[in-house]
Amino acid sequence: MVDISTRLGNVELTNPVIPASGTFGFGLEMAEIYDLDILGSISIKGTTAEPRFGNPTPRIAECESGLINSVGLQNPGVDAVISEELPALRKVFHKPIIANVSGFSVPEYAHTCSLIDKEDQVAILEVNISCPNVHNGGMAFGTDPKAAAEVTAAVKAVTTKPVFIKLSPNVTDIVSIARACEDAGADGLTLINTLLGMRIDTMRRRPVIANKMGGFSGRAVFPVAVRMVWQVAHACKVPVMGCGGVATASDVIEMMMAGASAVQVGAENLRNPFACKDIIEALPAEMERLGITSLRDIIGIV
Amino acid sequence: MQQQILTVVSNRRLCGNIFEMKLDGCAPCKAGQFVNLELEGLFLRRPISVCDWDNGTLTLDYRVVGKGTELMSRMIPGEKIDTLVTLGNGFDSSVECSSAVLVGGGIGLAPLFLLAKELLARGRKVTVVAGFKTGDEVFNEDLFKSVGADFIVATEDGSRGCKGFVTDAIRESGVLCDYIFACGPMPMMKALCAATDAPAQLSLEERMGCGFGICMGCTCKTTLGAKRVCKDGPVFKREEITW
Repeated sequence: MVDISTRLGNVELTNPVIPASGTFGFGLEMAEIYDLDILGSISIKGTTAEPRFGNPTPRIAECESGLINSVGLQNPGVDAVISEELPALRKVFHKPIIANVSGFSVPEYAHTCSLIDKEDQVAILEVNISCPNVHNGGMAFGTDPKAAAEVTAAVKAVTTKPVFIKLSPNVTDIVSIARACEDAGADGLTLINTLLGMRIDTMRRRPVIANKMGGFSGRAVFPVAVRMVWQVAHACKVPVMGCGGVATASDVIEMMMAGASAVQVGAENLRNPFACKDIIEALPAEMERLGITSLRDIIGIV
Repeated sequence: MQQQILTVVSNRRLCGNIFEMKLDGCAPCKAGQFVNLELEGLFLRRPISVCDWDNGTLTLDYRVVGKGTELMSRMIPGEKIDTLVTLGNGFDSSVECSSAVLVGGGIGLAPLFLLAKELLARGRKVTVVAGFKTGDEVFNEDLFKSVGADFIVATEDGSRGCKGFVTDAIRESGVLCDYIFACGPMPMMKALCAATDAPAQLSLEERMGCGFGICMGCTCKTTLGAKRVCKDGPVFKREEITW
């Protein structure tokens, strides 16, 4: 028997597999096809203070081993998330969840987090300072250590729940951003968000995505994610959730060896709705193959 | 939603760049739903509307427009396709109507075949009005006629049927219509709704990510707020559309 459990700070997880924010909605659609309680946790769709329609379509572009998305933080707003989405999710998922929060100003981040702080099922606040698809928000905070620290401190001030900051890979030095968040009180870090990308329709001579640029994710970004997780996990003491291109049980183990305490699965859910389930089921055999008895033993082993 | 491994039983060119693929082993689909096909070498699946479902055999009529449909067109009988089936809401063929007009623009004609069968089974009169750029593109005319639907063609260049758009063909033929079902380019559906007050169900198209409602890639604005074309649609009532 192998042990696939892990923990993020004080939050115990039965396994390290967590669907990434924006690739699992609020869980309801997925609950139609499998029992969500097999998951380690769920990172819910990024939530903002106000409802957002998001960006114009097309929002999706196929890429080699991945895709570009430019959804633009479409969500029903924090009030509806608390009054409708979370109660519905509670009926189909009975474990602690991760609430992903985004914003356009420091006070907005703090406001949204202060409301979600009151939700019992939320075990971790995941603060997205890395969305590449909105102007004057998201990634603007994640590409400057000072701004990243400011958001972190403001959120920490309004919640007693653990705060994980979700980092952008679109930076020169991710370690300096990660350290700034840790120094400002972050309890953990999630990385990576999507890489800013672009495709052009050569027939029509215009960008495929209506918003021109978008976030590139999928299997192709896995090596970038492993590298950044490894860099950050070795530079910081707080736990890391590894994210980016994870598609197999072997990827989960690789990400954990790089330093991740838990692993998020994102784009793969879009092509294979059973991705998280398949990975969780494949984990024990892959661990046995590699002579791993407990996942906790391999975190940051490389 | 179900994940199934379907087997290609036939795949042939109908005309121009329009192809017809038949696959075996498919769970029952209703008219207006779609399936999402995993194709080798592509990251995202490709959504294709259901043209027909009969006793486990799924028919997909598709236009070759890019890498995905190009790959599909080269598949041969016996090949397997990992498919997500019965996606989308589909047309509601149970609505009260005596004479239904089914309007298809180009490849938008494809999902109307199973709908025609459903409506005919309910004893409705079915008239199909199909619009194309030119007569060479007309497909499935005999198929629709074989199940008892009337079939009216409009071509922009006048090489077949009525010269002009589907709205011209409806006007000239004087076809009685108390309910409209349509699938095609948005300008066609807009013109259609401008030309008649009849109740209508319209099937929308949008670039999709997942096809089952989790990624918010295909969102459209409606009078009832933001809706996902893949999960809340692809069929919407005319009063829901914000033109």
